[in-house]
Amino acid sequence: MSAVRGASRPGGLAPVIRRIGVVNSRLTALLLLLVLVFGVVLGNALFNGASIRSMAYQLPELGILSLAMMVPLLSGGLDLSIISTANLVALTVAFLFHALVPHQPGVLWIVMQLVAILAGLALACVIGLVNGLIIARLEVSPILTTLGAMTLVKGISIGLTHGNVVTGFPATMVFIGNGAIAGVPLVMLIFIAVAAVMSVILNHTSFGHLVTMVGSNEEATRYSGVHTKRTLVKVYIASSLLAGIGGLIMMARFNSANAAYGESYLLITILAAVLGGISPSGGFGKVTGLVIALVILQLISTAFNLMNFSQFLTLTIWGGTLIAVAGLGRIRERLRFLQRFN
Amino acid sequence: MRSGLRAFARTHEARLLAVTVLLFVFLSFATRNFFSIQNGLDLLTSYAFPGMLAAGLVVVIVAGGLDISFTAVASIAQFLAVSAIGRYDLGWAGLCGIAIGSGLLLGLLNAILVTWLRIASIIVTIAMLNVYYGLLMFLSHGNSINTLPGWYIDGLSWVIGADAHGNPYILNMQILGLGLSFLLTWLLLNRTTTGRQLRALGGNPEAAKRVGFSTLRLNMVAYGYMGFTAGLASIVEAQVAGSVVPNMLVGRELDVLAAVVLGGASLLGGIGSVSGTFIGLALLAMVHNGLILLGVSSFWIDCVTGFVFLTAVATIAWERRRQRAAIRRTIVAAA
Repeated sequence: MSAVRGASRPGGLAPVIRRIGVVNSRLTALLLLLVLVFGVVLGNALFNGASIRSMAYQLPELGILSLAMMVPLLSGGLDLSIISTANLVALTVAFLFHALVPHQPGVLWIVMQLVAILAGLALACVIGLVNGLIIARLEVSPILTTLGAMTLVKGISIGLTHGNVVTGFPATMVFIGNGAIAGVPLVMLIFIAVAAVMSVILNHTSFGHLVTMVGSNEEATRYSGVHTKRTLVKVYIASSLLAGIGGLIMMARFNSANAAYGESYLLITILAAVLGGISPSGGFGKVTGLVIALVILQLISTAFNLMNFSQFLTLTIWGGTLIAVAGLGRIRERLRFLQRFN
Repeated sequence: MRSGLRAFARTHEARLLAVTVLLFVFLSFATRNFFSIQNGLDLLTSYAFPGMLAAGLVVVIVAGGLDISFTAVASIAQFLAVSAIGRYDLGWAGLCGIAIGSGLLLGLLNAILVTWLRIASIIVTIAMLNVYYGLLMFLSHGNSINTLPGWYIDGLSWVIGADAHGNPYILNMQILGLGLSFLLTWLLLNRTTTGRQLRALGGNPEAAKRVGFSTLRLNMVAYGYMGFTAGLASIVEAQVAGSVVPNMLVGRELDVLAAVVLGGASLLGGIGSVSGTFIGLALLAMVHNGLILLGVSSFWIDCVTGFVFLTAVATIAWERRRQRAAIRRTIVAAA
């Protein structure tokens, strides 16, 4: 029906907006506006190979962690333990690197690195499983469960490392953190792959639909015969697993691991996800929206950096952007409401 | 009287109190220094800042909201106030006026945004945390203020006694501030009509709106009070720290939330009490202090705290679920 109406009014932006969704078109407009403004102000200083490459190196850390936050947000929850999980995974992998991987490159060298990484991700799944079981079975609110898990997991990391930084990884990690294939940073390729997989899972699998259904109305979903508890457990496992991958990326980028890396990212991931159109009360949101939001945040951060503004002003602008986008949405809503009654 | 006691025994606060008392008795016997007035006063002093914030946050949570930005609000309040008294001779009135006033203003701004934007308060206040904190760090260049006026460093304190060795017991600004904010919160929630309205708004926002309560006004009371408390707490914190460091306080918001929730406040709104919040705070403080006195390596304290917190919230949830099931059974039996 709507497709027909769209076709009967040729021209204009309406069909495009319908195709990519209201939120995404608004975000794209904002992105284009920023590109235009920063392009005029900074010109080649911002849009040259080196700057774009540095953005491509920086974005994936926050990007994968935001994906980890996105999945529980879609289900109407929240995961505050992602950063501490990322750090514990990085520390575990770092420890296993030291314990297992031989100094000489060879078959065993490769196999043992894989074993270490897989063990780290398995640990992430266990943390997610515990979170999920407490949330789904004991019906503790997600904020509280993951708040407790955050403290507990960080506590384990601090207890084991005494807060020290762990360094000295095999050359593979340095390559993952700083290498590029055909000019594209490897971390960026990993992020694109993870985002694509998540997009497919959330939009084209039954699990993805169940997540958004649980987020929209858990009760109704349960009455329609869905095992919502099992879905919730999977949501938190997915979140922790993504956090673990984020931890590996951070570890490769910093070439070290620590119990307290990236803590300022925690609230920023929520900001990025909500800016990307993921409803904080659950049910709605797309990976593409999140990716556009991440590009916007990164663009602001890099541009401000080039203009020699304090990195803290970037935080202000990030927060302000979210408030402004939400405010514009409200104003449009009011206008439409007024139009209907006039 | 007896039925009142029996009703109290079934509440969350009673169970929490029982656990806290058990821990208190255990620590008193297991460690040499726990059971002393001096340790008690030290604990109250060092937990005054998170405690005062918890007293403010419980009001917001009872009203069905959540505020994450209060650490940034407190940082701004103390930075403005201490900068001002460093330049002009304003005295206590100026110090308190500026700190509390700026805290209140930022709280009111939060309230307006939360009400008007109609998105989850946690999201709005996370965004505002970044706005406030970023602005403060930008404008202060991250520089701390290390020289406070003498009268402020000396603070206000009363000697209320002395131990056997003649070391005085001192009732300081921190303890007074903590007491004052819990008293104010108790008065607001339990002795005013507005307090009842806040609870109604948190319990069922739609019903409260239909009865005719103004959501904006109530939110302004709740978030404004949170900002007020943050301003008050920031004065007390800067005094005990002896300096103002702009990035010292941000990052502690979730610890405060933990204390409030441990005290039985429900993030769904409507449920939460002053006594519960205080006991929750006391329990966290005693776990922390007890572990140190027991000689547990300070590196493992986060781990134990997280475990205690998870156990507590799981128990609370389990209790609530049982209560709901009992209510459902009663309804079925009556029908």
